[in-house]
Amino acid sequence: MRVALFITCVNDALHPDTGRAVVRLLERLGVRVEFPAAQTCCGQMQYNTGYRHESEPLLRRFAEVFAGYDAVVAPSGSCAAMVRDAYPRIGARAAAEGRGGRLAELAASVAPKVFELSEFLVDVLGVVDVGAYFPHTVAYHPTCHGLRLLGLGDRPLRLLRAVRGLTLVELPGAEECCGFGGTFSVKNPAVSVAMGRDKVAGARASGAEVLCAADNSCLTHIGATASRLGGGPRMLHLAEILARTEADGPALAAPARPSRTEGGVQ
Amino acid sequence: MTAVPLGMPAFPRAAESAVGDPVLRGNLRHATHTIRAKRARAVAELDDWARLRAAGAAVKDRTLRHLGHYLEQLEASVTAAGGQVHWAADAAEANRIVTGLVRATGEREVVKVKSMATQEIGLNEALTAAGITAYETDLAELIVQLGDDRPSHILVPAIHRNRGEIRDIFLRTMARWGRPAPDGLTDDPAQLAEAARLHLREKFLRAKVAVSGANFMVAETGTLVVVESEGNGRMCLTLPETLISVVGLEKVVPTWRDLEVFLQLLPRSSTAERMNPYTSMWTGTTAGDGPGAFHLVLLDNGRTDALADQVGRQALRCIRCSACLNVCPVYERAGGHAYGSAYPGPIGAILTPQLRGTATALDASLPYASSLCGACYEVCPVAIDIPEVLVHLRERVVQGGAVTRQGARVTIRPAKGHAAERAAMRAARWAFQHPRALRAAERLASRTRAAHPSRLPSPGPAGAWSRGRDLPAVPAEPFRDWWQRTRGGRQEGTR
Repeated sequence: MRVALFITCVNDALHPDTGRAVVRLLERLGVRVEFPAAQTCCGQMQYNTGYRHESEPLLRRFAEVFAGYDAVVAPSGSCAAMVRDAYPRIGARAAAEGRGGRLAELAASVAPKVFELSEFLVDVLGVVDVGAYFPHTVAYHPTCHGLRLLGLGDRPLRLLRAVRGLTLVELPGAEECCGFGGTFSVKNPAVSVAMGRDKVAGARASGAEVLCAADNSCLTHIGATASRLGGGPRMLHLAEILARTEADGPALAAPARPSRTEGGVQ
Repeated sequence: MTAVPLGMPAFPRAAESAVGDPVLRGNLRHATHTIRAKRARAVAELDDWARLRAAGAAVKDRTLRHLGHYLEQLEASVTAAGGQVHWAADAAEANRIVTGLVRATGEREVVKVKSMATQEIGLNEALTAAGITAYETDLAELIVQLGDDRPSHILVPAIHRNRGEIRDIFLRTMARWGRPAPDGLTDDPAQLAEAARLHLREKFLRAKVAVSGANFMVAETGTLVVVESEGNGRMCLTLPETLISVVGLEKVVPTWRDLEVFLQLLPRSSTAERMNPYTSMWTGTTAGDGPGAFHLVLLDNGRTDALADQVGRQALRCIRCSACLNVCPVYERAGGHAYGSAYPGPIGAILTPQLRGTATALDASLPYASSLCGACYEVCPVAIDIPEVLVHLRERVVQGGAVTRQGARVTIRPAKGHAAERAAMRAARWAFQHPRALRAAERLASRTRAAHPSRLPSPGPAGAWSRGRDLPAVPAEPFRDWWQRTRGGRQEGTR
């Protein structure tokens, strides 16, 4: 099986540690992961803001870059959902408007191959215990697209429960949106920040040392809100927890994200 | 639809003032969280909910596809049962028809059953202008009317008020509208309800004309249906001599059997009740029983234009249960008034721009009044994919395109104020099509990261972001550089 990593533009530019963790984790599980360097962005920001036409070339590029692979793993629920849920819609709309050439065909070819990380681990590799060690208290935030568009269900929780040393605690108001919403966060800043503050309050009330999610964009928003409020639990992508082993020791000696100094769990 | 109240700000600004009002925030949070939890329990009781929901969507879609046929059937049935049907193309025509009908009775006052359609067209204001007083009889609508306020929720129009505020309103203004509030009124719910009962009873017993809406209209028999919790609607529907019902075209269902689906979906979704407390049905007129004259005003007001929109038309399935408002994190913080129309919350964010267009700053901002979290779609009893329609309407705002207005196909221009955003989106798309340029930009950001501030002044996206959040730190090395540095020899798929 040829497996490609779709790092996503946000992870590439802002959270390379997550990508490194995914590579480390998959290689530990015996998957030879490839990184097609021609990949860029899925076009979610353009599409969700109303610029469907601007997202079309990015759909095309995505489908072409990942054409030769059997599976594409993305450490982002919302980007995986963009490909799986929105690409077929974009293709269908373009076809209905008599444009787009093979866009619908390209969307149909690539959409079923894309997996969010926890789906790939549980459904494709069939593993729940990935051999991780993380001796900390963790609360899990099920991001909206992971929860409602992908239907990740309890996959991330099963993975976390199998991590040695990890104590999973409940996040109050877990299923409520954190308020990021892509450009929503800048178009409606007052509401977005109010939502983020409630999420931070929930994370603090959980007593967790770490707030975990399968999407760094939500974590960036929650972490940046917490930072302005004077701190909160450390934000960590699911991959960065699952990648750690006993040889790494405890994680929280390193500075917490999103501080102004560099993070780096690995 | 009635014009937006003058000076109504666009959504983000209106929401900002609501976010800054701790009493409002508290009222909304308490009310929406209570009802959403109750709804979840009521829905979980039915093991065929998913099938009911699909059936509700299917009945509505089929009816909408043949809307003309069912409306003609409805008109024939209503007429045969002794009622009279009036067709209103827009708000002004509907208001003119109702005002004329009330005047013809010689009366100067009407009692009203809670109705979204009459709010949508601004009927109370039109009646006032014609010298006719409209008395709202729904408890929450009464609170809004007495408070000289605007409704902020489809089901609970006074959701933004707490008990103390309601007592103050009753004590201050009830006397001006009729029977005064009892002395020593407290904020005990039973006392508040009793004060409203006494106040309203006078109106029910005196009124000769009633105005209502309807939740459903059954084409095969010409029967109208109102579901309510208080019984005030039934008083209005049975006691007066003349009944005028103003109903949106989309409320028609083909047969009585279809009600079976909706009378299960609606109460559980809206009030979390297994069965609706008061379900009133009326068919034309019957000698010696109920109103002697019945008028049905069928309201278009943008509905057939919305029907022409293949993606947006699903909003016309809406049965006004308000479940989407109660789960919406944006509604919870922005409040209903920020949406600037009779229909707040997620459904308002898609229905209003379809009925009213996207020409004003407020209407163009409504499709963006959502984080696209999808909770609204999840709870919608007729499966309206609200996020899909929001994105579709955003496209209309920023790209313009072909829409149907008053039955004619016209091309609208993109809304104003999006030029910089459009340029940024195009620039981003260009960079994403040129990985080398993207990599250069990422490297530049990494190398200069020590100089990046944690906040920036407004305006601009970075300023909007950093008003309540720190800007994220940029790492020393983008992922793709790390990959190349450490696994350069294994770089498949490069182009």
